[in-house]
Amino acid sequence: MSELETFRAETAAWLEANCPASMRTPMPSDEMVWGGQTLEFKNDDQRLWFERMRDKGWFCPDWPVEYGGGGLDAKQQGILTNQMRRLRCRPPQINLGIWMLGPVLLEYGSEEQKQRFLPPMARGEVRWCQGFSEPNAGSDLASLRTSAVLDGDDYIVNGTKIWTSYGNKSDWMYALVRTGPMVPKQQGISLIVLDMKSPGISVAPIDLISGKSSFCQVFFDNVRVPKSQLIGEPNDGWKLGKALLQHERRAMSKFSESALPTHFDLDEYLQRALPEPTTFEEVALHQRAVACMMDEEAYSLTNRRMADSMGARQDASGLMAISKLVHTEQEREKFELLLELLGNEALGWEGDGFASRDLELTGSWLMSFAQVIAGGSSEVQLNVIAKRVLGLPESK
Amino acid sequence: MSLIYNDDQVQLQDSAHDFLAARSPVSVQRALRDAGSQQGFEPQVWQGMVEMGWSAVAFAEEQGGLDFGFAGFAPVFEQIGRHLSASPLLSSVVLCGSLIERLGNVQQQETLLPGLISGEQRYALAIDEGARHQPQRCDAVAIKDSDGYRLNGRKRWVSDGVGADGWLVVARLENGQRGVFLLPNNVHGIQVASRSMIDSRNTAELIMDNVCVPVSAMLDAGDTEAVLDWALDRGRACLAAEMLGMCEVVFEMTLEYLKTRVQFDAPIGSFQALQHRAARLYVQVQLARSAVMAAFECLDRDSCTPQQRRRLVSLAKWKANQAAQLISNEAVQMHGGIGVTDEFDLGLYLKRIRIAQAQLGHSELHVSRYAEARLQVQ
Ligand SMILES: Cc1cc2nc3c(=O)[nH]c(=O)nc-3n(C[C@H](O)[C@H](O)[C@H](O)COP(=O)(O)OP(=O)(O)OC[C@H]3O[C@@H](n4cnc5c(N)ncnc54)[C@H](O)[C@@H]3O)c2cc1C
Repeated sequence: MSELETFRAETAAWLEANCPASMRTPMPSDEMVWGGQTLEFKNDDQRLWFERMRDKGWFCPDWPVEYGGGGLDAKQQGILTNQMRRLRCRPPQINLGIWMLGPVLLEYGSEEQKQRFLPPMARGEVRWCQGFSEPNAGSDLASLRTSAVLDGDDYIVNGTKIWTSYGNKSDWMYALVRTGPMVPKQQGISLIVLDMKSPGISVAPIDLISGKSSFCQVFFDNVRVPKSQLIGEPNDGWKLGKALLQHERRAMSKFSESALPTHFDLDEYLQRALPEPTTFEEVALHQRAVACMMDEEAYSLTNRRMADSMGARQDASGLMAISKLVHTEQEREKFELLLELLGNEALGWEGDGFASRDLELTGSWLMSFAQVIAGGSSEVQLNVIAKRVLGLPESK
Repeated sequence: MSLIYNDDQVQLQDSAHDFLAARSPVSVQRALRDAGSQQGFEPQVWQGMVEMGWSAVAFAEEQGGLDFGFAGFAPVFEQIGRHLSASPLLSSVVLCGSLIERLGNVQQQETLLPGLISGEQRYALAIDEGARHQPQRCDAVAIKDSDGYRLNGRKRWVSDGVGADGWLVVARLENGQRGVFLLPNNVHGIQVASRSMIDSRNTAELIMDNVCVPVSAMLDAGDTEAVLDWALDRGRACLAAEMLGMCEVVFEMTLEYLKTRVQFDAPIGSFQALQHRAARLYVQVQLARSAVMAAFECLDRDSCTPQQRRRLVSLAKWKANQAAQLISNEAVQMHGGIGVTDEFDLGLYLKRIRIAQAQLGHSELHVSRYAEARLQVQ
């Protein structure tokens, strides 16, 4: 057996032995485990799965062991991902720090910053939020205005961030701030990390159309941030922010298949709602639903192909660039179909007369609208594909 | 188990590309059309393909094959699609070859396969009867009498049926089941008419009027329905790979045009309305490629069950159909007037794509098959 085959066999065996059966079922959104200082588990299986993966270093399998990672190379990481997908293992935790900030720290952080921030992150001890968007800086992120002015050994931060997911539940934030001039606007930006308990920070949750309140507006009123918490060079944060957003797109498409937080299986609903389509109406709806499932399968095969390409050290940047777009648009389409399949049952808002799972579905349908905007809207993704992957010229 | 080409497949792809670029550029196809060729392919190109080993790729060594595995056809058909190259590789080698291999008895295999692999003989599959490919439909009949079988009926859309050395004809038996019969081209009672289709390739209609063949003409050394289904799936996967190749070329042509055509003092590819549409085409090509690769991966693996095979092959053909339709339409539109001129190659691809979409199953057929295959799994 080659080394990789041995690794595959060992990984599969380890996962089978250590991933509890209940952690190999689709994950309802309220059963996601978020790492952080206020870690909460709904049951023992969640805790076991969290602790075992943590102790194995597999919260961040590809990070160096010295920073708390698993030390796997790209091929091994691909195998682990595929095996987890095959066994339908849930992600043991959701952690923006690990998925987005971590890789950027590894690449651009100072040794001291790596030592300070990575190991706790790798143990799932800190929950991070992302402070990028502002009321007037969305897709055009570089027009951000939240300022950080050096005063002795500290930066003084003033301004506001908006759409900060879980800003009210996070321990730390990584943020893009303006440390330099507005012209050219990309060149005065820096990446800083800050403790959400710092004096001068206030957080206001924003209600969403889904009825949930997962994101916030964050206000900064003369918040002091030690200058050792600026990552990379001052005014060089745009490059880091862009790298971070690429990791975000990857992370968002990582929620695939059973690992999807809002997992509703179209196939299961189709069989429940239309076991034997007979009328033209039923046949037409059935046909559309099956076509949607086929596209989902083509997407999940594309993920597999992406892992195979990366494992073979081929260029997978094109596949990475389409992933978020395809996945979030398919999800929205799937929910639209589920709504039609379930009819009025899926249009309930709350209370008696509706199954709680159907109410959750309705909420997830509404959230699917947010996913095609968050992390770079579909239009922005299409711009990126057109320019970076296809090499089409800039518009005038 | 991988969805990317291994080193052997990459080599096959490179050699296929070099061969077809040199010997079978699109101009060859155009010349055949202009000459009104009923054969629809260039015999020297076909001979060259045989010499390249393509007709032997998937057969076992003891049958005179290369034992490369079926996955060898993926890069070959992709390149065939890119170059819009016509040949009896699909009709004779993939479809008829597979049927003979699995449904023929030892004697039939020994008499038929060597000629088929060496390209000296070529066969065509006669299955369709209606306007669309409906694999179950079969009104042609084979009645048993004292000398053998008597066949009657009409078979349509027989790819490469004109000038074939023989046809494998699917006909219904008296017991209601179907049989596959080898009809040599000199058999009495058969009328062959050429049908001139938009892709200018070889398409025939066969009318059988009391065609008599001996009992030994029937291929029945296996489960006919299961083998037919399997052989058609092999054909569908190859066709999907061909379509993938066409999608890629058409997309590349379009991208090139977007970068070079100037209107309003700017390359038209700088207009966001077109950029976004181009990006969506790219997405479709990628999804189609993954589906095609998965179908071949399954066909090449013994452990792949018939249900999995049906599901993945129908997924591939469906996705290739969808992608090819969208890409060909958008490509013509984004080329403006030049896109609808005969001089420009795009139209040839568009026409071939529409034939390939219909051949071995429109999208709706594959959506149904996919749905059925999923149900059977549960
Ligand atoms: C659920 C969710 C969670 C989020 N979480 C966070 C978070 O944790 N941290 C954070 O910093 N931000 C977060 N965001 C913010 C998110 O990044 C922004 O919403 C997003 O970048 C879009 O910005 P905007 O809302 O200002 O829309 P705008 O940029 O104003 O866009 C409005 C419309 O114009 C289109 N548009 C804009 N520019 C172009 C262009 N160049 N070409 C074509 N079309 C264009 C957009 O696609 C969109 O349709 C979150 C958003 C959502 C929905």
